[in-house]
Amino acid sequence: MKRREVLSVALGTLFAAAGVWAVAAPHTQVRRIVARKFTYLPNVVKLKKGVPAVLEFTSADVVMGFNCPDFKIRTDIIPGQVARVRFTPDRIGTFVYLCDVFCGDGHEGMTGKIQVVA
Amino acid sequence: MTVDRRQFMRLAGLGGAVFASALARAAEPMGRAGAAQTYGAESDEFFFVQLSDTHIGFEGAPNPDALGTLPKAIAAVNALETQPDFIVFTGDLTHTTDDPQERRRRLALFRDMVGELKNRNLRFMPGEHDGSLDRSAAFQEFFGPTHYTFDHKGVHFIVLDNVSDPRAVLGDEQLAWLQSDLERQSRDARIVVLTHRPLFPLYPQWDWATRDGDRAIELLMPYRHVTVFYGHIHQEHHFKTAHIEHHAAKSLIFPLPAPGSLPKRVPLQWDPSQPYRGLGFREVEAEVPAAYKLAEFPVVKA
Repeated sequence: MKRREVLSVALGTLFAAAGVWAVAAPHTQVRRIVARKFTYLPNVVKLKKGVPAVLEFTSADVVMGFNCPDFKIRTDIIPGQVARVRFTPDRIGTFVYLCDVFCGDGHEGMTGKIQVVA
Repeated sequence: MTVDRRQFMRLAGLGGAVFASALARAAEPMGRAGAAQTYGAESDEFFFVQLSDTHIGFEGAPNPDALGTLPKAIAAVNALETQPDFIVFTGDLTHTTDDPQERRRRLALFRDMVGELKNRNLRFMPGEHDGSLDRSAAFQEFFGPTHYTFDHKGVHFIVLDNVSDPRAVLGDEQLAWLQSDLERQSRDARIVVLTHRPLFPLYPQWDWATRDGDRAIELLMPYRHVTVFYGHIHQEHHFKTAHIEHHAAKSLIFPLPAPGSLPKRVPLQWDPSQPYRGLGFREVEAEVPAAYKLAEFPVVKA
């Protein structure tokens, strides 16, 4: 087998593997959330139990935080960057999240909910 | 009949609710006739007053007398039969603002208000409303360092800053400073920690925690006589992490609900029939060898 054919077979195998991954990827729940003084948009995030989830955060103004103590997940949200939190919700219910980086008058009300359904 | 200071205050109708520390000795202090004038003169027993969360600059329905509440509390402290050895303010002296000039105006107003206290031995620390938006730059212009120690009649006081970093952390540098300070204390030392946020995770869902507070508690744990006084949660609260007691103080602006008792941590409504309900200050009576008695006082007598 010529070198070019070997390379072609190798790349084909690689893309086939990527195809498997691409099939699996839709099973990840991705939710995009914008943090801005003093709210999250959206502030209610619905997720399915047992399905891996990725929460993607951006900030519209200042440094914020995301903290969901019930799932022990948190991240800083830096303006100009995308912050990601990965977890698999393992319980059905409604769970509060909040900004845990003090951001001004209204910070205390900056909360949201994760609703996990079957 | 001998009457100790606490009994004297009760008889005079001055005392508030009293919380006896779990570390308190079973026996009352020795009776002292005329204690109001001589308290602490012949021993290492003393008392200090804790005021917290005055939020100067707040405006809103939860307290229609926002600027009048602190002066009333100051009048109540000035009216105590015996003046405390010192007075501590455990943070949120002012309500937050994005405007640096307004922040300084509020800090100046607070400073002028507390200038009416008879007692001039005052200790301050920032809350997140004072210091989280500028890393306590303005606070330090008025009141100096945000973490420090002082000693008083055999008690080692440690003021910790868990607000200047807006992420509610003490940080490696301050924790190293704490460790260094503690290494100079004996394991039997009487230690009181003063801070704004709870060092333990009281209710993280409402941000009632210090993210690295567990590291501070771990450093304090080997010391047998440690008590923590803090603010932030606008209500009286008592908790123990092993042998370390943590006592939260009422605020002087509006009360907040008990941890997790409501969906949101919104201020409790002002009740015109019971104005200033849920607000107040406390006395902390330090006894030898290492016990504390807490007495809660309202802003105004009912």
